[in-house]
Amino acid sequence: MKVTLSNSDYLRNFDRFISGLDFSNSEILYIHSHPKWINVHPTVLTLVVAMATRAGKHNVKFEKLTATSGSYLDRMGLFEFTDQPSPYKIHKKEETGRFIPITVIKNSTEQSKFITDMIPLLHLPADKTDAIKYTVGELLRNVLEHSGSSDGAIVAAQYYKKSNMIRIGICDGGIGIKKSLQQYWASNAKTDIEAIKWALVPGISGTTRKEGGTEDNAGAGLFFIKSIAQVARNYFMIYSGSGIFKLLLHDKRIEKPRLHPNPDDDRHSERNDAPYFQGTLVAIDLSLENKSEFTQLLAAIREVYGKAVRERKRKKYKEPKFI
Amino acid sequence: MKIFVEIKKLAGEFAENKDIAKEIRVNQIMPMLADDKVVVLDFSGVSGTTQSFIHALISEPIRQFRDVALEKIEYKNCSGIVREVVKTIYEYMQESFNFETYEE
Repeated sequence: MKVTLSNSDYLRNFDRFISGLDFSNSEILYIHSHPKWINVHPTVLTLVVAMATRAGKHNVKFEKLTATSGSYLDRMGLFEFTDQPSPYKIHKKEETGRFIPITVIKNSTEQSKFITDMIPLLHLPADKTDAIKYTVGELLRNVLEHSGSSDGAIVAAQYYKKSNMIRIGICDGGIGIKKSLQQYWASNAKTDIEAIKWALVPGISGTTRKEGGTEDNAGAGLFFIKSIAQVARNYFMIYSGSGIFKLLLHDKRIEKPRLHPNPDDDRHSERNDAPYFQGTLVAIDLSLENKSEFTQLLAAIREVYGKAVRERKRKKYKEPKFI
Repeated sequence: MKIFVEIKKLAGEFAENKDIAKEIRVNQIMPMLADDKVVVLDFSGVSGTTQSFIHALISEPIRQFRDVALEKIEYKNCSGIVREVVKTIYEYMQESFNFETYEE
């Protein structure tokens, strides 16, 4: 396998990062990097760790790691997932806050502890953290319940002071979204991109075809997360198998971006020809500039969710027989 | 008779652990409703929650006990977030009552 870390691996340019990925020969992972500058979204690091986990710690090789800014990889804890020692020395006096290093979560107890512990690391005011806790909580739980990965969920995040934004990545090396939907939704999830989009429809759960879901799952999680990103005009991306769905930024002139139950109606890019990744990668950028309260956002999501369910219900009404 | 369940004590300030929600549902909410008691879910000190937590907490009681659950589960000291999430689950669960299987 091969991954290349460049000087601008953010969601806006994610296709460029994807083009440098190679998942063949899973027994070894080569990590290439830009010689002078490394600047990556935390989600990139979670993907690298998923690949490193598959290859095995001792089979991860950094090739010519020369960029000074590569010390970021050390601060985020990437070297803990390799046998290769870090060439960087992190000065303890440097500001160490405002990021969440790469963390592996394997059960709900670890998840709860992580969510409690992560907020102080980001040094953010309490009223700005609800959306973050919500997003991370739902995404981690999705992995634990649906990925089928014994390696758990890999999560990392970084706060960017200048743009007042937190970037979050969550990855697993599990069965992928398409397979997790196969039991109940095979006809709606024939390809990876179809499966991703179907998983984004409100009320679609991989555990049942019942409206309202099961006692433990409703199929609402990803729709909520996508909507949170949409209202705040942020990037949101899912990569699973060969499929990538990326929510694009909304025009800032639009005061309130409309939420859509059908992801095809969202301003987005999609592809189904990405290098095949056995697992799921979710990335989200959350702007903390957003002035609307999280409560108002949830109310807007509730409205669209309810409308989607009612429309689906209406489609099932029986027509009168006029003879 | 009202039985009070303090969510913060069980699930913390941000209620997201579905396993705990399930425990509360199975060990407290369902038996209380079966016993014709009023269950008061007290969210005092809980700043927020997730849709999946509240779904795991109340969807099955609503599905199984229908109007009894809708009338006999009460919510106390809810933050705006908790309130919105509970309202969402109430809406989609009631919409699902007569159409439980999705058909294309």
